[in-house]
Amino acid sequence: MSTQPTTARHSVTRNSRRKFLLDSARAGGAATLLALGVGLYSRQSVSLPASAIRPPGALDEDDFLGACVRCGLCVRDCPFDTLKLATFGDKVTTGTPYFTARDVPCEMCDDIPCVKACPTGALDHSLENIDNARMGLAVLIDEENCLNFQGLRCDVCYRVCPVIDKAITLEMKHNARSGSHALFIPTVHSDHCTGCGKCERACVLEDTAIRVMPFELAKGELGHHYRWGWKEKSKAGKSLVAPDVEHQYNMPQGQSYDLQGEGLIIEGKNAAGADDASPFGGSPLDTLNSNNFNTRGAQE
Amino acid sequence: MNQTHAARHPGAEAIADKGWLAANKWLLARRGSQLSILLLFMLGPWFGIWLIKGNLSSSLILETVPLTDPYILLQSLFAGHTLESTAIIGALIVSAFYILLGGRVYCSWVCPVNIITDTAQWLRDHFKITGASSLSRNTRYWILAATLILALVTGGIGWELVNPVSMLHRGLIFGMGLAWFIIFAVFLLDLLVSRRAWCSHLCPVGAFYSLLGTHSLIRIRADARDQCDDCMDCFKVCPEQQVIRPALKGHLKDSTEIIGPVITSSNCTNCGRCIDVCAKDVFHFGLRSNNTVNHTTNSKNINKQHNHSSGVEVL
Repeated sequence: MSTQPTTARHSVTRNSRRKFLLDSARAGGAATLLALGVGLYSRQSVSLPASAIRPPGALDEDDFLGACVRCGLCVRDCPFDTLKLATFGDKVTTGTPYFTARDVPCEMCDDIPCVKACPTGALDHSLENIDNARMGLAVLIDEENCLNFQGLRCDVCYRVCPVIDKAITLEMKHNARSGSHALFIPTVHSDHCTGCGKCERACVLEDTAIRVMPFELAKGELGHHYRWGWKEKSKAGKSLVAPDVEHQYNMPQGQSYDLQGEGLIIEGKNAAGADDASPFGGSPLDTLNSNNFNTRGAQE
Repeated sequence: MNQTHAARHPGAEAIADKGWLAANKWLLARRGSQLSILLLFMLGPWFGIWLIKGNLSSSLILETVPLTDPYILLQSLFAGHTLESTAIIGALIVSAFYILLGGRVYCSWVCPVNIITDTAQWLRDHFKITGASSLSRNTRYWILAATLILALVTGGIGWELVNPVSMLHRGLIFGMGLAWFIIFAVFLLDLLVSRRAWCSHLCPVGAFYSLLGTHSLIRIRADARDQCDDCMDCFKVCPEQQVIRPALKGHLKDSTEIIGPVITSSNCTNCGRCIDVCAKDVFHFGLRSNNTVNHTTNSKNINKQHNHSSGVEVL
């Protein structure tokens, strides 16, 4: 009788210790399984679809996902209902704010209310000038359908750009199709484009030819050892390779060539004079089209 | 109503003794609290009355007072983010509230999922669905730790991808998407798989608030425990059954140590349902302090205990 309680107590403690360990292992196992599942799911869902743009001032996507508490205060303070919270099942991480520029672009409010509303700093409060926002980068992605690339003067993306003439400029190029017209190519400059998406929204095409893309998709990166020769030269004030050689053209007598000025200079002739003995007509295009060069080559 | 049927239904005796309203007052107050908090958040999107903006994760009252869920903030810290002061102030306000009133007051008086799981439990009782998993109630603390480790490892707040609590509240205010699937899964889990599986076994949000309220001021007390007639009604309705026994019986199962009448376990959600269903008015809301044992009133229990302790009870 006297030994029995002791052994029983031993078996109780052993049993309860065993039960405790088993319970803990089971609970720990369940938690680990859950964490693994959620972890894998979170790895999958970190890649933001290219069409979803974060609000101004958003940290880098990785940091953003650790900082954003999914409260929606930025959404509430957006006066244009641009921002929305991703719901479960969206391709954007559940509960985080984004906008789709083709639907509603960012209006680039001067006081940036969405950033002010963010309680955690997932939208960086140091962003005080909206022109410094870098939500993404507009890319004229479809040159085949862009009207300006065909020589038309659509210019809508350029006109609506809030940073007009800095973020988008029209670059004049020769129109090789007509031969006599210009192309005004809308050209985005990454040092000024905020990624607001107004150009994407405004594009008159059925589907837009200019799209705001995440920076990492839109931008390449120069080899770190690359140097642009002309920039280095102007920085140094002289050629860095060898002393510049004076340019010489071996021209027929009485003719000279001015590379960055008038071009061909025929002495004693007015540059505008067309009725002379020159084989070239007044219009360079006529000359090219008349095939003069080929026929002369054949006669000789 | 058939008397025997009524007697089997927890709280029936209380209704007979105190009247329906008095026997359901804390339940009604709780539903009122849950729904009015939800309504406060909905006033903005529905009627344009912006008393409070945001959701339970973080919000702003009258454009001035910030509130932030300290649990999500902790995950953000683990993810390596340096926080803005607004969120820290908001989390301090919320923490102070729950440290005083009981951490899991969040679960029973605020959390919208509670309505879902209580409904599941009500149906479970109604259709007499039995079966409890052997999963420990401590699993939630493991999951809580796992969510923090997840944040630390991935650098993101991974738990928020699937958290039914924030997902339901955010969904009701900002749009649910497919979140109903997760909510329905929680409902089915509690209805068919295991009793009180989500709120009392798995939910790391509840686990966090439970830890937050470990020393909370407001507690449920069983000061009139010598009135207890062992009807088991409080035990049947309690979502955290294990918390009642020490305070009610004055001792643990296999111990002679006498325990005061305060339900000290931080897993108690302060829902007050035990107060409702007790016909003998054993329980009431009170303070944590003055948790002393009155030896004369507890002599009955102590005698019981001595009878028990002669035999060894294996769990």
